[in-house]
Parts: sequence; C-alpha cells; structure tokens
Amino acid sequence: MICLRKILIGLALSLILSGITSGADRFPPPDFVDTEHVIPSPTVPGPRQDIYEYIDAAVLLAALGLSSYLVIRKRSRRALFLLMVFSLLYFGFWRKGCVCSIGAIQNIVLSVFDREYTVPIVVVVFFLLPLIFTLFFGRTFCAAVCPLGAVQDLVLLRPVSLPSWAESGLRLFAYVYLGAAVLLAATGSAFLICRYDPFVSIFRLSGSLNILILGGCLLLIGVFIGRPYCRFICPYGVILRQLSRLSKWRVTITPDECIQCRLCEDSCPFGAIRKPTTNWSPQDFSSGKKRLSFLLVLLPVLALLGGWAGSSLSAVTSRAHETVRLAERIYLEETGKAEETTDASAAFRATGKEITGLYEEASNIRARFWLGGWFFGGFVGLVIGFKLIGLSVRRQRTDYQADRASCIGCGRCFEYCPKEHVRLKNAKEATDKC
Amino acid sequence: MAKNNKIINRRNFLRDGLWGGCLAALGVVAGSAARKNKKTDMVWQIDPYKCVACENCATYCVLEDSAVKCVQLYAICGYCDFCPGYFELGANVLETGAENELCPTGAIKRTFVEDPYYEYTVDESLCTGCAKCVKGCAAFGNGSLFLQVRHDRCLNCNECSIAMACPSGAFKRVPADEPYLLKKVNQA
Repeated sequence: MICLRKILIGLALSLILSGITSGADRFPPPDFVDTEHVIPSPTVPGPRQDIYEYIDAAVLLAALGLSSYLVIRKRSRRALFLLMVFSLLYFGFWRKGCVCSIGAIQNIVLSVFDREYTVPIVVVVFFLLPLIFTLFFGRTFCAAVCPLGAVQDLVLLRPVSLPSWAESGLRLFAYVYLGAAVLLAATGSAFLICRYDPFVSIFRLSGSLNILILGGCLLLIGVFIGRPYCRFICPYGVILRQLSRLSKWRVTITPDECIQCRLCEDSCPFGAIRKPTTNWSPQDFSSGKKRLSFLLVLLPVLALLGGWAGSSLSAVTSRAHETVRLAERIYLEETGKAEETTDASAAFRATGKEITGLYEEASNIRARFWLGGWFFGGFVGLVIGFKLIGLSVRRQRTDYQADRASCIGCGRCFEYCPKEHVRLKNAKEATDKC
Repeated sequence: MAKNNKIINRRNFLRDGLWGGCLAALGVVAGSAARKNKKTDMVWQIDPYKCVACENCATYCVLEDSAVKCVQLYAICGYCDFCPGYFELGANVLETGAENELCPTGAIKRTFVEDPYYEYTVDESLCTGCAKCVKGCAAFGNGSLFLQVRHDRCLNCNECSIAMACPSGAFKRVPADEPYLLKKVNQA
C-alpha cells in the first residue's frame, strides 16, 4: 500500500514539477492584430561594473602602502586611526564587506580543487596583496586596512590583558577554523568564513539574527579584550602571523635604542609586547632540552592522531555537502524510514536522475572528506605540536620588543616610549629650522 | 664574539631562504590563479529550468527585501484572461480584488490589452520573490513568470545564502557580462 501511495505521490509531484521545469506552450502567445500592441521585454539591470572592482583593488593597494608607511616610517597612531576609519567606511560600509581578503582564501582554494571554478582577478589581488605586504612590512593589513579589524579597534575602550595561556590556547581555534574553512572550500561544500563572518551584517545593516547576535557579542567582548576576532578566530590572520615572522621590516616600539624603562610594558592591548628574558640556569637548560626532544618525537604522533580523528569523522563532516545530505535523505525515503519528501528530494526525483548515480556521487564526496580529514586533522595535530614546541623554546631578548607574529601594528605603544618623544621633538626642531 | 656572529648569520640565512620561499609560493599561487582567472566578475543567478519555486528566495536573502524577484518574460506569456499566476485557483470573479489575487503583496498588475487578452506586469518594488505566481504559472500556464536574481539589488555575496538553501541546485555563478538566465523563447 505504502509503495503504491508513494508512486502516486511521485507521479503527481513529477507532473507539477515537470510543468515548472519545462514551461509548456499551453497557450500560444497572441498576435494582437487589432491593437498592434507591442510585446515588451523584461528589464535586465546589470551588476556593478567591473571598473569598480578594479577601483577596489587600487584602493586596497593604496591603503596597504599608506598603512605600511605610517607604521614603519611615520610612526603615527593618529594617522593610522584615520586610515582605519576610512577603511571601515570604504571596505566595510560602502563595499558591504564583500569581497574581503579573509574570504578570498576560500575562492583560491576552491579554484585549486575545482577545475570549473575560476576566480575573478580582483579576488586574487585581494588575497595576495596583503600577504606580499606582510612579507615586507609585517601585519600592516591588520593595522588599518581590514574593516573587520577596524570595527573592533574602534570599540576597544577598556582593554584588559589576557594571561598568556589563555591567549595561546584560544588562538588554536583560529588554526582549526582555517583548516575547516579550507576543507569545506576544497570539497565545494560551503564558504564557512563568509557564512560566519560576524561583522558583515553590521556593515550591511541587515542579515540573519544569529550573525547579528554573534557580531554584537564579539563587539561587546571587544570593548575589553582587544580585537577578539583578529586574535582568536581570523583564519587569514593565521597566515599573516606566520608570514610576519619573516618580514623584512618590523614594528619597533622604540625608534632608537631600548632603555628598558618598562613604560611600554602594559601599553599593548593585544599582548604582543615581549619582555627581556632572564638568563637560564643550567638545570633549566637541560630539562628544556629533554622536553624539546620529547615534543619533537611527539609531533608526528600528534599529527597522525589528528589525521586519524579527522578522517574517522568524515561521515559527519561530509554532511556539510548538500549532495551527501540529499543522498542520505533519499536513502531514508527509499528504505521507508522517512515518509514525506523534502523540497530537495522532491526536486531530485523530478529531474528523473538515477538514484544509484546520486549514491555514487555522495560516496565520492565522502571519500574526499575522508582524505581531507587526514590533512585537516594532521594540520591541527601539527599546530598543537608546534605550539608546544614554541612554548618550550626560550628565546633571548635584551629589549622590550613587539612580537613579530602577534603585533598588528596599531601603533599604540609608540607614544609610551620616551625615546619616541625625543625623536618627535628633534623632528619638530628640524622642521622649524627649515 | 665570532661564534655569536655565526649564529646570527646562520639564522639570517635561514630567514632569507624562508622569506624567498614564501614569496615564490605566493608567486606560484598568483601564477596559477592568473592562468585560469576570469577578467569579469562572477555573479549569482537562478536557472529557471531547475527552480522548484520553494519560497526560500523570499526568506534566505541577507537583504531585508530579497534580491530575487519574479520576472515576466512577455514573449512566452499567453496573456490569459484567467491567469493562473495572477488569480487564486478558487477565485470567484476574474477581477483585480485582493481576495482573488495569488500574490500576497499585490505586486502583479493586470491591464487590459484587447479582447480577451490581458498583460501582467510585475512591480519589483512590491515583489518579495515568494514564487507563488511562478508555481501557478508553471503548473497551469506557459511558465512565463519565473524568478531571477536582480543585479541592481544583489550584493553578490561570496557565499550566497539563498544558494546554500536552494533545494534544487538552481543557483549558480554566471559571468557578469551575461548576468541573466532567461527562459528560451520558442520561435516555432
């Protein structure tokens, strides 16, 4: 009985849906011989012209150049602040937060894995320019160009410092997020970063309630904890961190030589200032050596464990892909575990495609998720391993320095340095003389 | 002192090597992306032959007022007196009273052309993209009413939230120089 009913429902559905898909010529269009009425054609308003996209890229280039100049040469927090407000207005509110460098990661990844997908050249520019600038000048993109950073920097009114364990622990999330975003983009499932972009609905002044709440919460946290998205979530920030370690020029707190006055010690709301190190005792040194060698052995174990966990979760993670979800739904309907059809399964049945073909496609995607799970989990394992190694390696510093990776070049610490005031005074005298 | 110098040099050498490697890697990314890039932007559009008129377009768009609107392709419209996209199925009289209309916002205008033909025009400022008329027209009419992403409204999100919610995979990216997927007009 059930079977018969299903066939009837299927037939009725396919009748209705085939009407929708085929657009039959049931009623021939009239000629209008009496009135000579002219049949109008629908309007087709075009999208934003390409020239504006190129303007965006040019503005990005100019903003990056200016930001680098202000951070490295001019050392002016006020000018950086103004540039930041401009970036927020232009890339945020005027361009509605799309396209952004953070989201461009996914387009690049998808274009690598999907032969049919081609990236617009402007998206490539948005992805690459900040990375190249970071290789030269550090994270000047974060300083004053990224609208997501800017909106958080503006609300940072009562900064409190986080303990370093919380800082490094929370930061691991950004790596996991990057890995997950790359996995989902590579399999063509979703653009995770765009879906959970917390500030985009603020830029657009509309959007889903959940994202508005998420953005609101992050801004609320951001009043006390500086730039929570940038430090603990941003997947692009993860890449910029690592490139910034190698940058040719770097942000220096003092324009001259550090006199270790400790005035800048608490000036950084992002926990990026590193204190001078104390000397190691020989016992510390030997125990540190042992720990390091243990962690080096642990590294591949962590990577393998992570990879195994990632791949064994593939049955769950592959549900992020709509074809897998559809195949599972169709399977439930076929085995009689689900009575009613969903919009998606009805649409699939209306196309008249073979169910076995769908199952095959879904299992292919699952296999991709299984392989991707190995890479994703291995990546997370390696990140944790390297984090542990980084914590057990001690570096020598004689001065107060901005950490290459964590410093986003906001310029807040400059004015805390007495040497900076001397420099400004000298510069002023020099200009007065002229 | 000499030892100290050596350490710094080795470190600098490694740094420079890594730095060059990163720059080269970025170059490779740029090169491979440039090889198969498109100069034009890509925009979202609905394939009307795949659309199942599920109403998701009205609710999932990030805009308050959805960027998806109903389009009337006049060339395949039958100009019916009893338009199944305009009137409720149980409409008593074929008059422009709200109780007879299918459209919840009254966005379709019905104007008399000549006996027995009427022209139906969509007022986009009222249309919500709910696809009720699309369903009616496709089921009992010619299917001249169908949904399209209107590019004067669309923000062209990197991930279109309607596309993610589309049950039939009708959303796809199309080149910006041909941004519409209108139905084919049957010349015969």
